[in-house]
Amino acid sequence: MKGKNNAAGRWIPAKINGKPAIPFQGVGKYKPAGQKTSSPIVSCADFPKDGNKVVPSLRKALERAGLRDGMTISTHHHFRNGDKVANQIFDTAAKMGIKNLRWFPSASFPCHESIIKHMDSGVVHYIEASLNGPMGEYCSRGRMKGQGVLRSHGCRYRSIQDGEVHIDIAVIAAPTADPFGNANGLTGKSACGLLGFALADSQYADKVIVVTDNLIPFPCIPWQIQGNYVDYVVTMADIGDPTQIVSGTTRITRSPARLLIAEYTARFIKEAGIMKDGFSFQAGAGGTALAFVLYLKEFMKEANVKARFVRGGSTKYLVELLEERLTDYILDGQTFDLDGVRSMRENPHHMNTSPFTSYNYHGKGNFASMVDAVILGATEIDVNYNANVVTHSDGMLLHGMGGWQDCLFSNCTILAVPSFRDRIPVIVESVTTLCGPGELIDVVITEKGIAINPRRKDLLKALKGSTLPIKPIEEIKKEIERICGGAPSPPKVDKEHVVAAIQWVDGTIIDVVYKVQE
Amino acid sequence: MAKEAQAGKKDTASDCRVHIRIKESGGIKVKLKSKVESMYGEAIRKSAAEMMKFFGIKNVMLDIEDSGCLPFVLTARIEAAVKKCLPKRKEEYISPIFPQNLYRVERDRPRRSRLYVPGDQPRLITNAGLYKPDAIILDLEDSVAPPEKEFARYIVRNALRDVDFSGTERMVRINQLPAGIEDLDFIVPHGVHTVLIPKCEDEDAVKEIDERIQDLRTQHKIKNEIYLIPIIESALGTVNAYKIAVACPNNVALTIGLEDFTADIGAERTLEGKESFLARQHVVLAARAAGIQPLDSVFSDVTDEEGLRASVLEAKSLGFEGKGCIHPGQIRIVHESFAPGRKEIERAKKISLALDEARKKGSGVAALGSKMIDPPVVKRAERILKLAVQNNQIPANWKEEHSDEGKK
Repeated sequence: MKGKNNAAGRWIPAKINGKPAIPFQGVGKYKPAGQKTSSPIVSCADFPKDGNKVVPSLRKALERAGLRDGMTISTHHHFRNGDKVANQIFDTAAKMGIKNLRWFPSASFPCHESIIKHMDSGVVHYIEASLNGPMGEYCSRGRMKGQGVLRSHGCRYRSIQDGEVHIDIAVIAAPTADPFGNANGLTGKSACGLLGFALADSQYADKVIVVTDNLIPFPCIPWQIQGNYVDYVVTMADIGDPTQIVSGTTRITRSPARLLIAEYTARFIKEAGIMKDGFSFQAGAGGTALAFVLYLKEFMKEANVKARFVRGGSTKYLVELLEERLTDYILDGQTFDLDGVRSMRENPHHMNTSPFTSYNYHGKGNFASMVDAVILGATEIDVNYNANVVTHSDGMLLHGMGGWQDCLFSNCTILAVPSFRDRIPVIVESVTTLCGPGELIDVVITEKGIAINPRRKDLLKALKGSTLPIKPIEEIKKEIERICGGAPSPPKVDKEHVVAAIQWVDGTIIDVVYKVQE
Repeated sequence: MAKEAQAGKKDTASDCRVHIRIKESGGIKVKLKSKVESMYGEAIRKSAAEMMKFFGIKNVMLDIEDSGCLPFVLTARIEAAVKKCLPKRKEEYISPIFPQNLYRVERDRPRRSRLYVPGDQPRLITNAGLYKPDAIILDLEDSVAPPEKEFARYIVRNALRDVDFSGTERMVRINQLPAGIEDLDFIVPHGVHTVLIPKCEDEDAVKEIDERIQDLRTQHKIKNEIYLIPIIESALGTVNAYKIAVACPNNVALTIGLEDFTADIGAERTLEGKESFLARQHVVLAARAAGIQPLDSVFSDVTDEEGLRASVLEAKSLGFEGKGCIHPGQIRIVHESFAPGRKEIERAKKISLALDEARKKGSGVAALGSKMIDPPVVKRAERILKLAVQNNQIPANWKEEHSDEGKK
């Protein structure tokens, strides 16, 4: 196989899915020129004057949109593991005898497992997105016909904007919509808060289908998705399973080790001087991140400090910060629980955002680099602070990337992780798959100690004399290897068989994933 | 004739189940199903084969189902299965004691919090030191189901040697006699600091245990003392509390177990605790009379932080110096609640400084104002200052800072 090493020292094949692959060149180095892509010219004369774009079924809509072999179909993942639309698209395509589709979701979830049978039968050629659970395993075992391409949320937006990925038909599941195609995620039984992940799809796809289980008379306000981009509207009994879309309650971790990590993280933010009036932060919805928010909230109250904004995914705990006026705004990319949905619906200070505003590489700046601190997870981190978030140490592709890479641009990027899981070390010599370069990762917080990237002399200085257990990352690694009985064996993979490529936010390839041997 | 046995738990995170079948022929066969196969499969097989060699077993079928257990658990489970098959084997498969665990503890060190960890749950044992309780109790008694008890001994032994206890006091609660005597073989030579004696009713049990400990210390050339903490858990034990407390010079504290106590006196355990008030106060008196620490029972509702706080403050007011913890989340609250008040600390500082001053002048007796400072007052002041340092209420070098301030 032809290829060469990229700037991070990882080998990259010359082609991915038959198209030339550009090796990663370093953070902020790759700047393509030219014009952004655009969607076809249409004329309003071709659309119903009464604004009614409703067609009787998904199949009719797909037929009218001109579904044929080899097309690219996109969906969004705001329904997470409760999505019922994507499976129906490919079931319908199978009935229509269509082959070789490319599925381009903003993320896949275990609920999409049935698409595997469509890949086996050739209806779907491959998935071009983050691959979770069963799809990750399918890909890792070398069973997927095309190569997976994993992109962060911002990178996906970029790939649509610069024409790397052309969407033939976008199907946008919407909790509420009107016959014109205006849609939002705020109300209806499948309310998911917002539809930001579908924004680029609505603007750039050749054809756009809105699918809803809550059709209301024009106008649907606010229109998070604008009907002026929409070709057809379809109604359906259930577009999602509400219990899997938002959980109602988001659970804080009960693991004492994770609580300790959360507490260390909040103390770090405080002692590093990041927690000051007007600051900003982003934490996800994992159990550790939620506990972190609670600890930080106590410190903020004690010190009488208020944030200017916090970034979602929002949860009850972020909403409480907003409602107790400990932050002026929530800038939110997705809502993780019912409190998040309610707050976004009712509170003008809870603002919905999209990958365009937050993460887009082809934007004139984005929000992610303006955040003072971000708390993220990882499956592996190495002694050079490089991190992996998509594969396990056995080489299996099991997680999506979400906005993880995009968030690394924060002023202080903290990975808060247990130092080992069962017997598997998280701090390793070299990550199995490189997703985030060490130069962007500032702090690693584990239950066994906190490692500050030596590049961040300012943080090392700020934390001097702290009672937090700050130590070199090599020391934490040594400690874990003693506990786990040495370093783990490298994964057993077939280096001749690349099953997926990991893109950096700019579209270059930062690493590849190999077939895992049986 | 084939012999077979098994040890450990299947499908339990951080544990494994080992099934062993000793045969007449066929060599050493290891069948492994592991969550960490690609990372540690080889290491597990190698370690299993090495152990068979160590025990002189030439023909065996070892079936290991591993849910990502750590090496100290794997070897404990394999050894337990081997010994179940071959009970006469005395040799022990142990690794050198983790060097950072080679610390001793002082007799009268603070024992504000002691975290109970079931001896057969490796997942909970591994991280226990992280939460910085004053002591960790690896429990062989009530938190281990009876069929698991003999296997838990190997986990506890290996944990004592291998797990990082981060400077905490390593305690083990043994079983009631006679099983408790056998438990000692698994802990005394392996770095235990303190043995908790459950359901203690008279001085004989304490003496018997201490004698066995002394025998084992001589046999294994153990230099450090091993301390004892009898647990009073019955009416008879309560009545005999003082005798129990003075039964052995290695007693360092006396504590009470309320679950069994209330059952024994035929009462129901209430949050208010009227039914055990007298017994608790009695344990305080017996311990104080014997010059050892009185330690209170556990607070069993792990979700009720305010209840725990109130319970610790009450224990403190009765004269107790410590509380048992059943969840790491309780430790901080216990430490905060036992923390001395600001006035207490200021007074203790004055006493300590006055004593330094007197010593500088060559006098053994110090005075604060017109009052002489008696030795018990000094001791109390020292204890308060030590606690205040441990709670980060004052820096360890407060005396230096104090003298710096004096210079300014």
